[in-house]
Amino acid sequence: MSKKKISPNIVIVDYGVGNLHSLCQAFKHSGIVPLVTYDPETIKRSDAVVLPGVGSFEAGMCGLKKRKLIDTIVTASINQKPILGICLGAQVMLDVGYEFGTFNGLGLIPGKVIRFPKLNSEKIPHVGWNSVYKPTHISWKGTILQGLKNEFETYFVHSYVLVPSDKKYIYGLTSYGGHEFCSVIKKGNTYGCQFHPEKSGPMGLSIIDRFIKSI
Amino acid sequence: MPKKHLHDKFSNKRIIARLDIKGGNVVKPVHTEALRIVGKPRERAELYYKQGIDEIVYMDIVASLYGRNLDFDLLRSVAENIFVPLTVGGGIRTIKDINEALRSGADKVAINTYAIGNPNFLEKAIHEFGSQCIVLSIEAKKQANGHWEAYTDGGRERTGVDVVEWARQGIKRGVGELLITSIDRDGTRQGYDLDLIKRISSLSPIPVIAYGGAGKPEDMGEVIKKARADAVAAASIFHYDLCSVREIKKHLNSIGVYTRTL
Repeated sequence: MSKKKISPNIVIVDYGVGNLHSLCQAFKHSGIVPLVTYDPETIKRSDAVVLPGVGSFEAGMCGLKKRKLIDTIVTASINQKPILGICLGAQVMLDVGYEFGTFNGLGLIPGKVIRFPKLNSEKIPHVGWNSVYKPTHISWKGTILQGLKNEFETYFVHSYVLVPSDKKYIYGLTSYGGHEFCSVIKKGNTYGCQFHPEKSGPMGLSIIDRFIKSI
Repeated sequence: MPKKHLHDKFSNKRIIARLDIKGGNVVKPVHTEALRIVGKPRERAELYYKQGIDEIVYMDIVASLYGRNLDFDLLRSVAENIFVPLTVGGGIRTIKDINEALRSGADKVAINTYAIGNPNFLEKAIHEFGSQCIVLSIEAKKQANGHWEAYTDGGRERTGVDVVEWARQGIKRGVGELLITSIDRDGTRQGYDLDLIKRISSLSPIPVIAYGGAGKPEDMGEVIKKARADAVAAASIFHYDLCSVREIKKHLNSIGVYTRTL
């Protein structure tokens, strides 16, 4: 953490879905007490926004809509405020999702969210520890992944996958059952990860720490 | 076995520690009946996390029986320093319960008793929280006819429901994982019920967690290789320090089963 800015004001958006306690604890581990809120004004005033997510795409978008948070988050992203979406929180960043129907997402990053294609050898949901590796066309320099090994293990639990419309948004890849999918998306200061950094042991905590330091 | 190409490997198998909670203590039932106090939940959970456990299952084993809710304050304190997934079960019967659990430290919830009487609750929960959040916990006891019957309330109550049929139903309704407990093997350290786990994994397109009977790393290797479990849960091994997480991983890796690198 830089000495000038000791404690950035980070909000975790409470939109009705999410393992909020787990996520708060992970930030506290890095010395930050995040504010859990659904108040648009508080989110506007924050230095960084975290979109958690354990839930269905529909439940997530409904939760955001009900609390009138869509514009607030879209504006924050356009204004280059650091945003970290986790699992469902990353999925709702794309344009559209197909879980239990077709639903519009936030559209922060172009792309869609589809169900895992049928795999030969492995089960769905994809549950467990898997490697995230750097796509060859991308550099992690200047991102929250800078300084990490080009391949690291984190915890996944999901049935749907991120499909950005352009590979320039793909900052991490993971392979499961022979199928390679996008595990980290980024556009500007908007980041999304399909895995759960708050549940990925010391490796995950170090990613959260890097996000905090990037603010 | 060395990992050749990390991203071409078979998926990692998970090693899960299970904490059975009663009256603020971690207890270890034998055949889910006789109980021994093992220690405090928070201490135990932190110990296993530091040892490198992949996941923790936290079960209030009397909540359903007494028709009460989980102790969410206790859960909150246990979850404070646990940065691996926590699956929480015991007395879950409403959407509000699940929400409260997720707000208190759970990442997934396990449902057993309530779902047996109210199978539609599974769909409701899945619609709200997604498949990946809902684990169907099945306690199986072998019957004289060779079938397994599902029990509830920590192995106390018979249901008359066939375990294989119930697992199929759960899958059809969309649960994300199956946690299969062998009541017969629970606390015996004689190895998992391989027939039971094999029967379930052969029909399951979703991950199957085997529980009940692990006494040594070889038992875990066996249930993964012979019965195709996707994850292994154990209690005694960890509670009585029969061997460490590291030793288990070392054994599994030596027989070609991959696990998270510590």
